[in-house]
Order: sequence, then structure tokens, then C-alpha cells
Amino acid sequence: MKKIKSPAELEKLRETLVSQNNTDKPWVTICCGTGCSASGALDVVSSFEKAIKEKNLDIDITTKVTGCHGFCEQGPLVVINPGNIFYCKVKYEDVEEIIKETLLEKKLIDRLLYVDPLSQEKVKTEDEVTFYKKQLRLLLGNNGMIDPTDLYDYLGIGGYGALNKVLQEMTPRQVIEEIKNSGLRGRGGAGFPTGIKWESSYKAEGDLKYVICNADEGDPGCFQDRSILEGNPHSVLEGMIIGAYAVDSGQGYIYVRNEYPLAVKNFSTAIEKARDYGLLGENILGSSFSFDVKICRGGGAFVCGESSALIASIEGKAGEPRDKYIHATEKGLHDKPTVLNNVKTWATVPLIIEKSAEWFSNIGTEKSKGTMIFSLTGKVNNTGLVEVPMGITLKELVFEIGGGIPGGKNIKAVQTGGPSGGCIPEKLLDLPLDYEKLIEAGSMMGSGGMIVMDENTCVVDLARYFLSFTQDESCGKCIPCREGGKQMLSILNNITQGKGQEKDLDLIREIASVMKDGSLCALGTMAPNPVLTTLQYFPDEYLAHIRDKKCPAGVCQALIEYFIDQEACNGCGRCLKVCPSEAITGHKEEPHELDQDKCIKCGACTEVCRHEAILVK
Amino acid sequence: MNVDLGKVDKLIDKYRDEEAAYIPLLQDINSEFRYLPRDALKRVSQKMEVPLSHLFRLATFYKSFSLVPRGEHEIQVCMGTACHVRGAPRVLNKITQQFQIYPGETTADQKFTVETVNCVGACALGPLVVFDGKYFGHLNLSRTDKLLEGYHEENKKSS
Repeated sequence: MKKIKSPAELEKLRETLVSQNNTDKPWVTICCGTGCSASGALDVVSSFEKAIKEKNLDIDITTKVTGCHGFCEQGPLVVINPGNIFYCKVKYEDVEEIIKETLLEKKLIDRLLYVDPLSQEKVKTEDEVTFYKKQLRLLLGNNGMIDPTDLYDYLGIGGYGALNKVLQEMTPRQVIEEIKNSGLRGRGGAGFPTGIKWESSYKAEGDLKYVICNADEGDPGCFQDRSILEGNPHSVLEGMIIGAYAVDSGQGYIYVRNEYPLAVKNFSTAIEKARDYGLLGENILGSSFSFDVKICRGGGAFVCGESSALIASIEGKAGEPRDKYIHATEKGLHDKPTVLNNVKTWATVPLIIEKSAEWFSNIGTEKSKGTMIFSLTGKVNNTGLVEVPMGITLKELVFEIGGGIPGGKNIKAVQTGGPSGGCIPEKLLDLPLDYEKLIEAGSMMGSGGMIVMDENTCVVDLARYFLSFTQDESCGKCIPCREGGKQMLSILNNITQGKGQEKDLDLIREIASVMKDGSLCALGTMAPNPVLTTLQYFPDEYLAHIRDKKCPAGVCQALIEYFIDQEACNGCGRCLKVCPSEAITGHKEEPHELDQDKCIKCGACTEVCRHEAILVK
Repeated sequence: MNVDLGKVDKLIDKYRDEEAAYIPLLQDINSEFRYLPRDALKRVSQKMEVPLSHLFRLATFYKSFSLVPRGEHEIQVCMGTACHVRGAPRVLNKITQQFQIYPGETTADQKFTVETVNCVGACALGPLVVFDGKYFGHLNLSRTDKLLEGYHEENKKSS
């Protein structure tokens, strides 16, 4: 294979690729992101391959294995072009019919179409699905179009055009100005202006500088970085190359969670391909600029998502944060100036260069520009990745894109920003989502986790859950985080077990303020957020646990009891069979009895009962 | 336990020229032996000229390393937030009861290791379990039962 030696050669290759793309020819994209793969997408792929091979078809069908389309709830997803026909929950055995009916005879298969949960109408094309309609998919949109392992696919949709532009027309200074003007802020959560970060590294003295991509996405309930790396790795790589050009760095690193094997694999392939084609390595596209990227796999420590801990980990040390009176932009990796940005930030860079800072700054709110990707999960109908302009309200996100709460239940709150964020109650659902507004509400943007809770979620239990996570992941270097978290967790454990006292709530607030003031890194300063926000917005629920020894949501095991509703029970015997402790007795077709002394409160009976006869009090 | 130091040497050679590449090296050793054997760590310490205490610090700091042998089959129960609110604790209870071990432990016959992980990024499928790298989603107690049953059967056949 020949290295591309100049920007003109790259443009020529792109033109050839675009002209080869015959859009009339049917092509099928199959989502093979982690969610769809887990639901059986790989079987669907092999079924397509087998059918195409075995049945000498008169038409030429191209199948494309793509990264995550975002709508994980309905996976495996298959999109058929031309026509943008959208099939969901496709199984191995459906493939033959898809080929025969849809591809050959151009007929739709009714049962594979998506049914809108609100209108109950069937939707034919991907564009019409309400989940996608309100989104602005700048970063995620191409995931469904390209094969992430194929560089030609990325070039075909205009990939590396921004790099070309930068090398031909722009000085490093101009690149930094453009990013500054765009108003792009760090997508890792804190929201530091990216252009200013680059500028201070540009100004810092030193002949060796580094750029780092932070892909240590550790927040539970977040998977957007993973989806971009799996589905469109070249967009991140292109952003890193442009950033390296701007600050004059020769070496980059990407720090990826080892728990994301597909992301590691696809990014490694992207690096190799880019090197082969002269887009990475010595003299990129024939210019005097050289830059290369290495992959570092994380060791499974949440704290390594923090910049200084991440840098320590790349240096081969334990990932402990350090105090940041000296910024990484001046003294970072190996004490050299370092620019560290999140996956989404890097992936946004080529878009800004290509379409201009002005275009980008027109999207979003006054201080938060562009789009943000949220992982919409929890008790919501449409679980998946959602990319929306900054400033959209929580209500639109949960009810219009997310399709509301399953089972006709009521929404209680939304947890944004993962374990470091806060709980936003139903009454604040009109809150526009941007960096400032979320902080005002006591939460934060974080990495974009968004967990929806319904009336059956106990906020005290949730706060306890988050705190047990951050406490477990605390590296132990500074005392406020290590000991404060531990004490606060033990208080919350007591409350959920019915051993809490009212004065505990003051103690929680006191510990929280010390943790906020005294912790070394954001893990410790943000850890009390879920506790403080739930305490602020749901004080009655805490008091119910403490005073009445009741868990209103019916979650905390020590405070609930299961009962059998004698009216509703028809004695079908399902609960009796599954009960592991033989607490349920009764004769067939007669209402059953539950022995409280034997009940271990595992909840197995509620799962199998079809008559809503198991009550939780 | 005897450790094939030849294998360790091969892995060391891979990283010899890299600066401070202890973490990737330990990751490779960990996946080769399913834990970090004492003798392997000593060998790395000698050959890479790094204090054993530093390697021990890394081995105990990062969660992906284990100093005790792990089971042939790995069961990871996702305890991410989305799985948590959808009932992951119940699934975990069921699995640990079945194997009679605590999360993080390995069964006495060295067959199964059960551990909890914080989100595998497949929240639409929660609660879910990763069994030897394969995802099993939408679990409830009876489906968990079925999942484990299947593996017990397979286990019986193979042994």
C-alpha cells in the first residue's frame, strides 16, 4: 500500500472513493456496538453472510458492520438502504425473509418495524423514529454509516478533511484561535475551555510535549466514549493529530479502559491504518509535522479518569492524583507540557475545523456550545445514547426522546453526572441542560450519565449506592476523601437499615463540607453530591427511614415486609415454587400465606406473580 | 505452584525497550496465568530492575490484577447504576448463594470466580452478567437460575 504524500493526493483518493460509492446499490448496516452484540447482532451478521454466499442472489448486496447507532434498547438494529428502512430486534432467523421480502421485492416486514411507545404507530425509516428525531447527532451520526475498521469509509464521508485543511491553510496559532472562538469546553465533565488549555500548552516552554486522550470512562451508566471509539475511532484520532499540530507535540497517548476490548481493538486498527497511509507517524501527508499515538490500557481504577492520576498511570506508577497548583499544560506527563482531553472533545475538533467556529458556536446556549452526548438509562423506555444540543430540557430528553417511563409509573428524579453528580427532582425537569445550570441545581455535567428513576427507586439507597462506589474507588491518598467517605457511608448504611437518628443528617452535611473543601481531587470533592442533593430535594424520604423506619419506595430490605394480598391471590402456586426459604405455603387455587419469620426478602415472588398479589410495605 | 518462567521472560522481552511499561506487562502476565504469581513478579523485578515493592504496589492498587489464582470461568456481575436500579443486587445475591462464595472469591475447585464490576456499558440490557466474556442481559432470578444451570450441565459433561 502506498503512503499518501500530500494533501492533494488525499483529496484525489477521496474523490475516487466517493465516485465508487454507488448509492443505488442496496446496502445493509448492522449495528454491532456492545449493546446490539450482546443482544445477538453478530449472529445476524453471520446469517447475512451465509445467505448471500449460499443463494446466488441476482442482486449485489453490501453488508456493513457498524458501531453503535445509539438505540440500544431495540437492538439488534438493521438499517436497509436505499430507503433508510429501520428494523429492530432482528434475529438470526429473520434474515432470509429480509433478503427475500425487503431487498428483492421491496416490501416492508411489518413485525420488524419499530412501534412508537407513545403513539403506538409503526415507524418505517430510521429518520422518523422519535428517539432520533429530536437529536442532533454530530458526533454519533456517522457511527451508523461507516465500518469502523475501514479507513476508506471514513475518508468517504469527508474524514481527514479537517487535517488536510489544517496542514495546508492554518498555522498552529490559527488552529488554537479557531478552537477558542468556537467556545468548545471539555466534555469530560468539568467544562474547561479547550482552546485556552491548548494555548497554555502552546506557550509553555519545552521541545517535548504530549497530547493525551482520556478514554478511562469509569462512571457507571456511561458508555458514550466507548461508542465513539468503537464506532468512529478515526474521528478521535484526527482530532488528536490536529491538537498535536496546534501545540507542536510529537507523541500522543490514549488511555482506554481494559474493560472495553472492542474499543481497544478498533482504535488499534485505526492507528495502524492511519500509519500505513501516512496520516500518522513521520512527515504526515508529506509535511514536516510528525506525530504518533500509543495505546495505554487502564488497570481498572476509577480514579485514573482524573487527569493527574491518569498521567501517573501512564508513567507506570499507581494512579494517585497530585495537587494541581502546577497545571498539566505546563508540567504533565514526564514533567513535560501536556494537553489532556476527553474522547468527545477530541472527536469534536475536526468538525469545528471543517465547518468553522462560527457554525459551532451557534449551537447550544450562551456559555455551553455544541452538543452533548448523554447515556440515557435506568427506568426509561428508550435506553440508549442521545446526542442533543446543549440547553435542551430534561423533560424533552426523558419524555420525548426517551419515550417516558415504562409501566405507566411516575418519574421521581434524574441522576446526572454519574457518582459525582446530583439527583434532580421531578419539579426541576424544565431545567435546561448546560454546565452552569446543572451546577446551580447541585449536580454537574460530568461525563454525561443520565439515570432516570421512578417511584420504585429509593433515593436514600441510591445515595448509599453512589457513595459506596466512590468510597470503594477512593485511592486513599488524602484523608477527607478516604475517611470522610467511609464515615458517611456507614451513616447511610445505618439509615437504610433503620438504625439512623435525626442528628445523623447534620453530621452528613458537616462531613460533606469537609470533603468538599479538603479533598485533593474531584473524586473526593464531588463524592458527597448525590447525598447532598437527595437530602436537599427528598428530606421526607430520609425522615421516613429514620423516624418511621419505613422505606416508601419499598427497596431497603431491612425496612420492608412482603405480604400476599388475599383478595388478589388465586393460588396459582408460582410464588410458592420460587421461594427459596419455603416461606410461602398454601393449597392450589386457594390464597397463599407468607411467613414473615422465614421470609428472606429476596423478592423472587414479586417477579413471578402475575396477579399483583405480592405487596411490599 | 510452578510457574513457567520462560513465558514470563517472553512477555518481559516485549516491553523491555519501553519506558516504565510495568502496567501493560503485568496485564499480560495476569491474563497469561490468570493471576500474578509471586515468582513471575520476582522475575520482572530482576530483569526490569525495578523494586519488587513497586510491582506489589501496582498489583494491589489496580483492580484488574490478582495475587491469587482465579477460576477457569469468570462471572462478572454488573453493578452499574442502571443495573442497580433494575435489580442487580438480587441477581448478585442469587449467584453468590449458588456458588457459596463472596464476590471477588473463587470456588474451591478453581472453576468459577465471581466478581462485581462497575458498569460494562450495556445499560439497555440491565441487569446483566458477563460470563466468560459473553453478555447475558435482562436477568431476573429465574433467568439467572437457568443461566447457571446450563453451565453446571456443561461443567458436568466436560469433567
